[in-house]
Amino acid sequence: MSTSTETIEQFVNREYQYGFVTDIETDMAPRGLSEDTVRLISSKKGEPDFLLEWRLKAYRYWLTMKEPVWPNVYYPKIDYQNIIYYSAPKQKTDGPKSLDEVDPKLIETYKKLGIPLREQARLAGVAVDAVFDSVSVATTFKGKLGEMGIIFCSFSEAVKEHPELIKKYLGSVVPYTDNYFAALNSAVYSDGSFCYIPKGVKCPMELSTYFRINSADTGQFERTLIVAEEGSSVSYLEGCTAPRRDTNQLHAAVVEIVAMDRADVKYSTVQNWYPGDEMGRGGIYNFVTKRGLCKGVSSKISWTQVETGSAITWKYPSVILKGDNSVGEFYSVALTTNYQQADTGTKMVHIGKNTRSTIISKGISAGRGQNSYRGQVKVMRSAEGSRNFSQCDSLLLGDKCGAHTFPYIEVKNTSSTVEHEASTSKIGEDQIFYCRQRGLSTQDAINMIVNGYCKEVFRQLPMEFAVEAQKLLGVSLEGSVG
Amino acid sequence: MLEIKNLHAQVEGKKILKGLNLTIQPGEVHAIMGPNGSGKSTLAQVLAGRDAYDVTEGKVIYNGLDLLDMEPEERARAGVFLAFQYPVEIPGVNSTYFLKAAFNEVRKHRGEAELDAIDFLNLVKEKMKVLELPQSLLNRPVNEGFSGGEKKRNEIFQMAVLDPKLAILDETDSGLDIDALRLVAEGVNKLKRPDNAQLIITHYQRLLDYIVPDFVHVLYDGRIIKTGEKRLALDLEERGYDWLLAEYRSQTTETPSGLVGAR
Ligand SMILES: Nc1ncnc2c1ncn2[C@@H]1O[C@H](COP(=O)(O)OP(=O)(O)OP(=O)(O)O)[C@@H](O)[C@H]1O
Ligand SMILES: [Mg+2]
Repeated sequence: MSTSTETIEQFVNREYQYGFVTDIETDMAPRGLSEDTVRLISSKKGEPDFLLEWRLKAYRYWLTMKEPVWPNVYYPKIDYQNIIYYSAPKQKTDGPKSLDEVDPKLIETYKKLGIPLREQARLAGVAVDAVFDSVSVATTFKGKLGEMGIIFCSFSEAVKEHPELIKKYLGSVVPYTDNYFAALNSAVYSDGSFCYIPKGVKCPMELSTYFRINSADTGQFERTLIVAEEGSSVSYLEGCTAPRRDTNQLHAAVVEIVAMDRADVKYSTVQNWYPGDEMGRGGIYNFVTKRGLCKGVSSKISWTQVETGSAITWKYPSVILKGDNSVGEFYSVALTTNYQQADTGTKMVHIGKNTRSTIISKGISAGRGQNSYRGQVKVMRSAEGSRNFSQCDSLLLGDKCGAHTFPYIEVKNTSSTVEHEASTSKIGEDQIFYCRQRGLSTQDAINMIVNGYCKEVFRQLPMEFAVEAQKLLGVSLEGSVG
Repeated sequence: MLEIKNLHAQVEGKKILKGLNLTIQPGEVHAIMGPNGSGKSTLAQVLAGRDAYDVTEGKVIYNGLDLLDMEPEERARAGVFLAFQYPVEIPGVNSTYFLKAAFNEVRKHRGEAELDAIDFLNLVKEKMKVLELPQSLLNRPVNEGFSGGEKKRNEIFQMAVLDPKLAILDETDSGLDIDALRLVAEGVNKLKRPDNAQLIITHYQRLLDYIVPDFVHVLYDGRIIKTGEKRLALDLEERGYDWLLAEYRSQTTETPSGLVGAR
């Protein structure tokens, strides 16, 4: 009967909670992109020559490239000349020495997002490197981490303080030639985070960065680089929210991770950017390149993502398993409602011997949302005895949404095993009724069923983040099921 | 407590309940028996508010409330509990977590404070003893991978925790082994109070040895065709339904001529 679908669709209308704009004088570059824009960004940031050169090379290469058309997403053509590529909040001094120097309005903004820096830093023991638009405004716990030799700072700061590390690793996992958006990012990236864990050091706290897009029509180009030396380990959290906008905003980030021998890096994302309204107007275009290189033997890189935001998501956190016995993992929950589109998945490239990868993908489509899983498992001839297990589940809520799976499997040796499981299910009317018969509202029932479905992925998240992710899923599902 | 008047219901255009009447007073236990497909589960589902079933005629008054006008969750919070004939699995959702959410919805509705995790666990432990339910079941996702009998016991366990006013048990006895049947029946009996009522759907007189009903009804062709005391269940066990159905058919074939005569 269609009645249950209707009940469920009444819930499809939800308001984006984080739709507010902070009024801060900003220092902006003029609209448009040219070599001059690239030079301007580089000089604003006082970068060394090697970086400017690298940016220019990337820009010139980008000019020769075409925007990809293969993802299963549709959007009007982006006018790259109508984007502002640099915007920084004005500071009285050169940069805040402590949180007290940070613009109170910024702090207020984070509070609305539920990230009271001070409280969070103190109570949760999380070091927050808050990126507001393009410039890092607050970094906490740096001293404490510094004693252990851990570097956790904004990308710009790393360029100034540790140019040799930047020179060595920037573009070493995602070269600027990699793809259209990575080339664009390489040319114009404005800031981001840098993290270095020295040999044998286990980072004692979760490192966390909150990204936030603020100014209208500001393209946000973040760059994150994480280097984990031999025997080190770190868990890195990235969370995102954006204020309400009527025009689409482009976000093209690059994240690179390098793991040396026996290093262990866990990267968790909760992405909650403005998804557009219920008519499909506005929302973030999230075109991200994330890749990790298991360079050393027995190293491990694990991606966990919960994607509920953005109008369009185009994202494939990948692992290159180069070191023998290295391990790559990808755990994903991607939710699309209203007119959201997501084409996401992963790439596991097995090069070293006995390398292992696990892929668990949970797609949830509601409203008119379209959700595509695109995953590639590539096992090279050299990767003897390697193994992959993939499980891609799709859950449909309603009958106007869609789920698509595109697995690409390429195995070049006979001693490896690759397993792929896929399922598509509709949320059961009988499950919802069972919950309601026990006193739960339809919305609570749906949240509970969906959260149960995502359990395997949430289990991978650090505790507080898992709670946040569940809440977020609840907020996002407010009005989205069938 | 419950008054069903001339209830007609259909599913996908098929008429299943055709003028059912039933009144239950507080403190009473009613058993409903009847051949397969006669509409027993349909009655249970209609009372619980499943929207696939369309009520085309009739009224149901529950403690002064128009039951058919309420959402399923409102009915549940007001004390209507259905132990499902086929309990549903909810993968990934922890049983205790699920039950706590349900329990607190009922508390909220009653204007009572919600119980925190610790108090709730204490309550659960107590109720578990009654049904001798293994703790491990509660640490698992709701009904997932439970055996048939475990699912049924879990339903009664939920009933014990939620403490309903009107409990409808749809063939809770089928699939239970002899010991489990006794435990479940004892559990149900312990939950019996002067201010609540139980509607027990079953095929077997066996269950009624433990749970002694005040009334036994026979549902056939969408109507209650016979009501008696416990004795009726024994008769049915001995003689089957045929004699009753024959009696019923002869009555219904008489009716049209009776009507003609009344003109
Ligand atoms: N969703 C449905 N679609 C079509 N027919 C249905 C549906 N649900 C129930 N029915 C039919 O309605 C009739 C009554 O079913 P119901 O489940 O109420 O019987 P029951 O008395 O509980 O039987 P049993 O003793 O076998 O449990 C049956 O003929 C059944 O096939
Ligand atoms: Mg039945």
